[in-house]
Amino acid sequence: MSKLPIYLDYSATTPCDPRVAEKMCHYLTLEDGLFGNAASRSHRYGWDSEKAVDAAREAVAALLNADAKEIVWTSGATESNNLAIKGVAQFYQKQGKHIITCKTEHKAVLDTCRHLERDGFTITYLDPEASGLIDLGKLEAAMRSDTILVSIMHVNNEIGVIQDIAAIGALCRSRKILFHVDAAQSAGKIPIDVRTMQVDLMSLSAHKIYGPKGMGALYVQRKPRVRLEAQMHGGGHERGMRSGTLATHQIVGMGEAFRIAREEMAKDSAHALQLRQRLLDGIKDMEEVYINGDLEQRVAGNLNISFNYVEGESLMLALSDIAVSSGSACTSASLEPSYVLRAIGRSDELAHSSIRFSFGRFTTAADVDHTIELLRSRVQKLRDLSPLWEMYKEGIDLSTIQWAAH
Amino acid sequence: MLPYLSGEAGEFVNPSSASRAARRVRSALEHARQQVADLVAAEASEVIFTSGGSEANNSVLNHLVFADAKPMLAVGCSEHPAVMLAAERLEQQGVNLLRLAADRDGQFAEEALLQWLETIPQRVRSQSWLSLIYANNETGVLSPVVRFSELCHRYGVRVHSDAVQAAGKVAVNFAASGLTALSLSAHKLYGPKGIGALVLRNGVTLPPLLLGGGQEQQRRAGTENVAAIIGFGAAAALAAATLASEQQRLVTLRQRFEQGLLARCHGALIFAQRAERLPNTTLFALPGVHGATLVEMLDAAGFVLSSGSACGSALANANPRLLALGYRADEALGAVRLSMGQRTTQDDIERLLEVLVRLQRQLGSMANQIPLNGDVR
Repeated sequence: MSKLPIYLDYSATTPCDPRVAEKMCHYLTLEDGLFGNAASRSHRYGWDSEKAVDAAREAVAALLNADAKEIVWTSGATESNNLAIKGVAQFYQKQGKHIITCKTEHKAVLDTCRHLERDGFTITYLDPEASGLIDLGKLEAAMRSDTILVSIMHVNNEIGVIQDIAAIGALCRSRKILFHVDAAQSAGKIPIDVRTMQVDLMSLSAHKIYGPKGMGALYVQRKPRVRLEAQMHGGGHERGMRSGTLATHQIVGMGEAFRIAREEMAKDSAHALQLRQRLLDGIKDMEEVYINGDLEQRVAGNLNISFNYVEGESLMLALSDIAVSSGSACTSASLEPSYVLRAIGRSDELAHSSIRFSFGRFTTAADVDHTIELLRSRVQKLRDLSPLWEMYKEGIDLSTIQWAAH
Repeated sequence: MLPYLSGEAGEFVNPSSASRAARRVRSALEHARQQVADLVAAEASEVIFTSGGSEANNSVLNHLVFADAKPMLAVGCSEHPAVMLAAERLEQQGVNLLRLAADRDGQFAEEALLQWLETIPQRVRSQSWLSLIYANNETGVLSPVVRFSELCHRYGVRVHSDAVQAAGKVAVNFAASGLTALSLSAHKLYGPKGIGALVLRNGVTLPPLLLGGGQEQQRRAGTENVAAIIGFGAAAALAAATLASEQQRLVTLRQRFEQGLLARCHGALIFAQRAERLPNTTLFALPGVHGATLVEMLDAAGFVLSSGSACGSALANANPRLLALGYRADEALGAVRLSMGQRTTQDDIERLLEVLVRLQRQLGSMANQIPLNGDVR
């Protein structure tokens, strides 16, 4: 088998930490007697599963400074986002049908909002600043008397910028508007305190932080109580907010991943930051390289860069020894320029030439050094082939050129 | 499953990403999709992976409320809560709901269905649904899914079946069934929890329950639960390979249990005894003995059974699904479900019968009994 590419795509997904995978295995098969259905109240198999589920719930809650009773298990952050937004919209629609979100949110938020528009809701899609951050004044100006929900992500999946959740939370609380945060990319990477940040609902994912795919949670504040219309009905699991047999091994995996993340967050973050700086240092003298999104207000493991005059897809092919993304994983099969980069005002050309590097627990300095070496040579090679690059070098301002239609 | 959790060879990657490893993961996913399709004689393109049977059921039913016209919905009277509660919520929101009645053997009257079909206005027929559990999760009774699909088909009404308990235990043929949609779950057939599928007839589209991300051909958003899907595929393939032999083995065991129970435990009741049922399931009661009590005593004796399905087992009240079949409250309260599996042996069944006989003798002199005809609600 050929040598595996270097994995710099931790924002798309992470491998399960071996400690997580090991723990999950005990809950899959008969040998340990831990395969039971947590809803079976009449025998030990059920009780043992329930106990494990409770411990995981505590671990997840602890990372957010939430109460275990505020954690609702879901099949992932996509479901959490759907449940939070549709659930709030349907429950509170008599109080108002206006929702505020941002153009750079994940598709699970944006597509859900589009769906609600068809049901008569009005959605304000805020434009972020060029840094990717939201201007609080613009957010406040968008708030109306019939606004029932603000949904803003904590860390952007493409450009990694960190929104000021505490400030937005305070603003929403003062206006008595519910506040939902998609924290799929932040939980376990930067500190979260749902109390001081005044967050009412928060979406979480396991597979972005070394837990299993197909597993997530929604934090739903209890005091004051936030109500939701359930989207999946059935056995009444999860206090009626989300029915379906609990996937014990998945939950145990998420709990273990969150436990480890809480303990090792400082170490993981310092490690990722060091690697990011190493990559930046290694390419800082290259021409026409643009960092997308604010560099300071950014999660340690993310670096999104546009290499002007190089087409992103070609660069990805040229970098086939390195697993990276152009745009987010969910849309990377399409050749549309990233809507996130467009929203922060990047031109189509720069959006098309962007690459997302994301570092994680198992990335090494040698991985980064190899990446730098490859980047420098491949970008140069692609530019050498590019007529646009040639024109740029000759001092022609490309924006003044009239391209012929064909 | 294990390589897809933390695999050294990159099997953990996000299948929606563009790397070579992602292409390998995608092809493994498609292989699993084919394995699941093969188990129920469907096309791979008809299989949409979900987080389980409940999500699959809700995916079919929840969209009815958004339909422009007022569609009609019929469900069996003893459906799994995932269907029944979703249906009742739709009813609250104005969807016309019929609960198809069944008798003590779990048998539905064809005339009632035909009458209902006649009442559906022409213009909403194509948006109306019958949802009928393929095999009841408590009694094990097999529903007349194929026959009823045929009747509904004449009126252009679509049929969904929750086959969570049936798939892998009896032969399910989606292609020949006339069904529009089928719900499956992996963990009832030795696959992992947290994964299931909606099998949806090619050419039919439903508004997705989960939005955002475009996975599953725009039919179900969310990063694929790769390891669980691979596990589901493997479980489906194993189930398909052993289905016929397991079916025969379990029917023999079930017959042995039921004959033994009726012969040796005085007054024992087997629910829906005369119906065609799943090979592995018997719902039974000992007269005057509370099901929950019997389950506890059996647990102490080393046997894990349940009173009713796991989802509702915290409820102290008599099982409404059994009351709907015409059982008395005291009968329903006594219900205990035996569900056997690959590892259940003839010896297990013999010992279970001996324990039941002993427990009935012990309980005979105790005050733990359900008053017959009394107010037990």
